[in-house]
Amino acid sequence: MIFNNKKKKKKKDSSDAVILLDKVSKSYSSGSPALDNVSLSIKKGEFVFIVGDSGSGKSTLIKLLLRELTPTSGRVVVNGYDMDRLRRRQVPKFRRNLGIVFQDFRLLNDRNVYENVAFAQRVVQTPTKEIRKNVPKALAVVGLAGKYKAKTKQLSGGEQQRVALARALVNEPPILLADEPTGNLDPKNSWEIMKLLERINEEKGTTILVVTHNREIVNAMQKRVITMKKGVIISDEEKGGYIDED
Amino acid sequence: MRISTLFYTLKQGVINIFRNKWFSLASIATISACLFLFGLFYTVIVNFQNMIKSAEEGVAITVFFDEDVTQEQMEQIGAQIQERSEVSRVEFISADQAWADWAPTNIGEDYGDIFAENPLVGSDNYEIYLSDVSLQRDLVTWLESVPGVRDIKRSELVADTLTGVNAIVAYVSVGIIAILLAVSVFLISNTVVIGISVRKAEIEIMKYIGATDFFVRSPFVIEGILIGLIGSGIPLAAIYAIYFEVMEYVVVEFPALTDLMRFLPVGEVFRTLLPISLVLGAGIGFLGSFVTVRKHLRV
Repeated sequence: MIFNNKKKKKKKDSSDAVILLDKVSKSYSSGSPALDNVSLSIKKGEFVFIVGDSGSGKSTLIKLLLRELTPTSGRVVVNGYDMDRLRRRQVPKFRRNLGIVFQDFRLLNDRNVYENVAFAQRVVQTPTKEIRKNVPKALAVVGLAGKYKAKTKQLSGGEQQRVALARALVNEPPILLADEPTGNLDPKNSWEIMKLLERINEEKGTTILVVTHNREIVNAMQKRVITMKKGVIISDEEKGGYIDED
Repeated sequence: MRISTLFYTLKQGVINIFRNKWFSLASIATISACLFLFGLFYTVIVNFQNMIKSAEEGVAITVFFDEDVTQEQMEQIGAQIQERSEVSRVEFISADQAWADWAPTNIGEDYGDIFAENPLVGSDNYEIYLSDVSLQRDLVTWLESVPGVRDIKRSELVADTLTGVNAIVAYVSVGIIAILLAVSVFLISNTVVIGISVRKAEIEIMKYIGATDFFVRSPFVIEGILIGLIGSGIPLAAIYAIYFEVMEYVVVEFPALTDLMRFLPVGEVFRTLLPISLVLGAGIGFLGSFVTVRKHLRV
């Protein structure tokens, strides 16, 4: 079913967009809409920043892309999966197309580095032999090959975020969503994480979507920047910068 | 499901018990306490019922015959009585046997010198023991209609009292067991809810990575079942040990009561208590974890 759904959508959307929002609105039970008629297209292999103040709709956007929420109106298509047609039991398979990195790392603190990364492979039922090959490779990409035995609490914030990144990458997802990945890191570690994301984007062709408040990084990296305000996209620029609203 | 995934899930279930040792201990203690009370109450009730049953078995109806009834007719009536479903045992006591049983204790060993002939002639009778004392009235009504039956001696007071006690014990035990189970489920599910809520983040991570509900839930359910089984094993062992101690104590300290208080063999009590407790423990563990994890699966 997923395959059919995917095929159908791919045929319909002739563009090579891996993320497509078409006139999407999302309202909660009270207050103004979190997203208001948002349309957006992100192509395969793009590196995109989503910026905006609190309440601008960034988190709602991420939740829609994760299929944690469904839109009130409009259409969301991620890697060929139409969120509207996706049944609840198809969600796990869909999410395996996404790597996710959170501001607070969300590691399993009672397990070591290796187990945290291997966990993502176990979820998709990768054979143990494969896991033993893939986990060290993913840890090597983020520069933590030597720390696979360490408990996550023994690591610095930057290292913990690298573990989260390795976990997000180990299944080689076509899309990586990073929600404030540098929010808990110092400038040095923030830069290292961003450079790592850029390298993954360039070397593996992974589509990367980063939600951030980090003005310096956004301005320095010269990537596509989508700025949101009160649930609406107010700017979408190639090689853009952080828009000052003051 | 891959075999490696199955083993991983089982292993995680076992490891989780040690990872969350305080929650595991709290859950095991709660289940143990509740099932200990349940097991103790069950043991007391089945023994009490056994004592009542023993008392019931001692209640007999005595049937006397008309003087002209022949031995052959008496045997026919005896066969008919034996066929009745409410009858457990029938004993024929001839007039000679009745005299020989009664006279030595009530007259003296020289009763033969005083009475040359058996004064109880014509008192051949059947002593009927019932399988269910509450059916005594039905049997008496039937016996009264049998030709040749002269008189029926019975104790309605004893039969009615035992029937009443039996009914009260049945109602009270069902009520108390129901309350105990309800309290157990409430306490245990609360403990499980707290334990799993603490791990809400872990469940969320699994869901974001793309784990199916089954994959997320399985280790928790295995953990719940194991905790339930351990929690039911402890009170079973305790009751087993206590049971022997109590039996020995009563026999040694109150020898006079041993006729009245006939304990069931421990094997007979455990034949029912063991499977019920294990199923309850595992069932409560399974349900508690299954339902509680479900609340957190909608991510």
